[in-house]
Amino acid sequence: MIRALALMVAAVGMASASAPAPRADFTLNTTCPPSFEKTGAGVCELRTLYQFYDSLEGRGLGGTRTALPPHRDGFKPQQIDLGRYLFFDPVLSGDGTLSCASCHDPARGLSDGRPRSIGIHGADAGRAAPTLWNVAFLKRYFWDARADSLEAQATGPLFSPKEMGNTPAKLLASLNGNPTYRRLFQEAFASDSGAITEKQVYAALAAFQTSLISLNSRYDRYVHGYDAALSEREIEGLNVFRSFVARCSECHTPPLFTNEQIAVIGMPEPAGRAFDIGAEATLGSPKLKGGFKVPTLRNITRTAPYSHSGAFSDLRSAVDFYNKGRGNAVPKGMHLYLHWHISDPDLTETEVDRIVDFLGALTDETFLPQTPARVPSGLALTQRGVVK
Amino acid sequence: MKKKIFLGLLAAVLVFGAGTILGRVTKKDVVISSSTGGASYSGGFKSDGAAIPAGGIHSVAGPAPTHIVVVKEGESIQAAIKAAPKGTIIRVMPGTYHETVYVDKDDIRIIGVIDKGRRAVLDGQKKLNDAILYSGNNFVAENLEIRNYKGNGIMGQAGNNFEIRNNVIAESGVYGIFPQLGQNGIVEHNVVSGIADAAIYIGMSDNILVAHNDVFDSVAGIEIENSRHAIVEHNYVHDNSGGLLAFVTPGLPIKDTVDVIFRNNFVVGNNHKNFGAPGSTVSGIPAGTGILVMAADDVVIEGNVISDNKVSGIIITDHAHAQNITADPESDPNSDRVKILENVMLNNGYDTITEAKALALADGMVSVKNLDIVRVGPSPGSCIINRHQYQAVGVSDFADCEFTNTATTINYLLPPVPPREIKPGERGRVVFLGICSGCHIYNGRMIGPPIQAIQALYMDNPQGLADYIAKPQKKRDDYPEMPPQDYLDPETRLAVAKYMLQVTN
Repeated sequence: MIRALALMVAAVGMASASAPAPRADFTLNTTCPPSFEKTGAGVCELRTLYQFYDSLEGRGLGGTRTALPPHRDGFKPQQIDLGRYLFFDPVLSGDGTLSCASCHDPARGLSDGRPRSIGIHGADAGRAAPTLWNVAFLKRYFWDARADSLEAQATGPLFSPKEMGNTPAKLLASLNGNPTYRRLFQEAFASDSGAITEKQVYAALAAFQTSLISLNSRYDRYVHGYDAALSEREIEGLNVFRSFVARCSECHTPPLFTNEQIAVIGMPEPAGRAFDIGAEATLGSPKLKGGFKVPTLRNITRTAPYSHSGAFSDLRSAVDFYNKGRGNAVPKGMHLYLHWHISDPDLTETEVDRIVDFLGALTDETFLPQTPARVPSGLALTQRGVVK
Repeated sequence: MKKKIFLGLLAAVLVFGAGTILGRVTKKDVVISSSTGGASYSGGFKSDGAAIPAGGIHSVAGPAPTHIVVVKEGESIQAAIKAAPKGTIIRVMPGTYHETVYVDKDDIRIIGVIDKGRRAVLDGQKKLNDAILYSGNNFVAENLEIRNYKGNGIMGQAGNNFEIRNNVIAESGVYGIFPQLGQNGIVEHNVVSGIADAAIYIGMSDNILVAHNDVFDSVAGIEIENSRHAIVEHNYVHDNSGGLLAFVTPGLPIKDTVDVIFRNNFVVGNNHKNFGAPGSTVSGIPAGTGILVMAADDVVIEGNVISDNKVSGIIITDHAHAQNITADPESDPNSDRVKILENVMLNNGYDTITEAKALALADGMVSVKNLDIVRVGPSPGSCIINRHQYQAVGVSDFADCEFTNTATTINYLLPPVPPREIKPGERGRVVFLGICSGCHIYNGRMIGPPIQAIQALYMDNPQGLADYIAKPQKKRDDYPEMPPQDYLDPETRLAVAKYMLQVTN
């Protein structure tokens, strides 16, 4: 199975390598990305086997055959494809050196392989770049949940002086000054004929990101009824993962492997870094000091290092943190309202290993987006920020 | 333990004190309501067109399967489940079984056979985590004995239409019976004891009946948490730290507890030392609490015998007064619209906590010897009948209820929901779009060849295509070999093949 997956990943690589050279001019795709169906109205709607299931209160949380949470879709294929160009185009950053893909790199699980992202002029962005897989299903964004839509989220990195270092005015000036982008925006947003607007930029980026779907892992095959999709070890791991001793699935709840809540778990900061209060700032609630949004575990093996600031270099040490006992890394003298599921599970080393085995079954990158060979700005697709 | 539940109490005392002084001037006359007859509270649940028979529903898992497999001592229950098609009764003969059993398919019933008092015993030997984990729908577990697990006895994760009955569960970790994120379930006639959190814990679930259980020697007896439309009746709840709980726990994805009826239970002598794990919500329960309502709405307390609980018969509180409870901006922290109907309250609060005494004092009760009801924190819209019967603190602003019973509500169970029918064409289309479209488009090159080319090869042979995708062979030098899709069942593979052969764009 792992070989099959490796083959598929290799196949994706081959496809992009052997794709026909782009035509002289940029065109937008008129077909929907994989897992989407183009409706009569010409928009892309998500299709997955999970749509055959239900969930309590329609919340998309539960066990194996549970429906997904409500999601964003319904974008035109042209909007999705325009978003793809923008996503990979360094013209979005203040100095033309960084694109969204610098920190959300398809080759790095749509993250960047760094403990914390490195922004413009080499700045430490402060927190780790979360994966973008399945963001269509999320209701809040950033580790501290400070944005409630993909559009609102986009303004964070774009205009943060520590990240892409741009300004709204400069962004619009560079896009409107580019005839290709003007044409592509008019094509994607057919009703608008004037200048490119901020709203359109965010909408296109949101459209592209909602197309990043990962729901065909071996775990999913197990869910849909193929018992042999998971090995004995992985099933043992699944049972430890969802047991009430480990309690992983209480917050990393299937089918997305996140319940999207803020949880105070008392993870350590990397050596020398100050304590991060997390969602306390967003929600103005001292009881949520050190709280962060529960991240998805889908494709988790692709996104080391782990935690909001990269305290764990590998998956096993991240899992092992929970096994070291409640509050094992809380700074001396600090009181945190640790989540009640943070306990003293006292798992055996073997059980910890099995959890890690199981997490490996959540990998699926078959719908990895294609990196464009070139982008409308003509800037070089930067790989800065990516550990090669 | 004592101090945990009433954090911030001094501030509350001041507020209560002021209210009492004002209240004394206009003390209400005694109103006596008959506990038999009178208007009935209809509860909050509307079944949305589901046909509920006149006598109510007493079975939710659907018709029993006819396929039966017998497991004998020395054999593996899990092996039998793994081999079983959905729609199987696993009959477990008396004997001891050391295993974790998981059920990820629908319509599986694990039924113990009791022979001259000998049961099928699942023994975790304090090494195994959970006895039974189920995520399938229409799950039934009956007549089992479960001992010495570290996690839970029986835990459900999103299975609907479950029935868990006639089981004996002892010393089995954190929860004895814990259905989570499920709808429409029955937990009845179980004997559960020695549990470090709740003996029976209904978590984030809807339409639940918990009845005729004997729960004791646990930190909490029966807990209804972040759940809606639950009836807890005819249970014997004794010798726990806290008897019956209706909670909203902050930080969970489902944010409320609404419409819970606690009726006709015996809630007796729940004075067990609290041995909850540090940091757990229940570790804050004062040992000696009969019924505890925290932030839950529309909780009805009716017809219970509540006696010999040393801290209080009933405590109604909010998040602000409970220590070590985190915050959740999306949850209402108050217990709204509590309804206390006729109950027999005897000898409660005879050795209560200092904070409750202070509250009583502030409410004008000097040298109080018993406490039946303690309410702290806002509880808007609440009501009570026959309040003169109880030694109560903090209920002077409760209205008189406009009803005296819940007799018209039999329970909140629903008829078994038939499985959703998915037509093969629909399934084929969704499987194609959800899986195959990653490599194949109609007329272009992706990772695999275009559908047009596949159609040319297989147009009149959908079965051939279905067979090929199960075991692909390398056919084209310029494309990578296709990974096998044998995880799709034959019917689905044929449906996908048929779908692919008829698409036109």
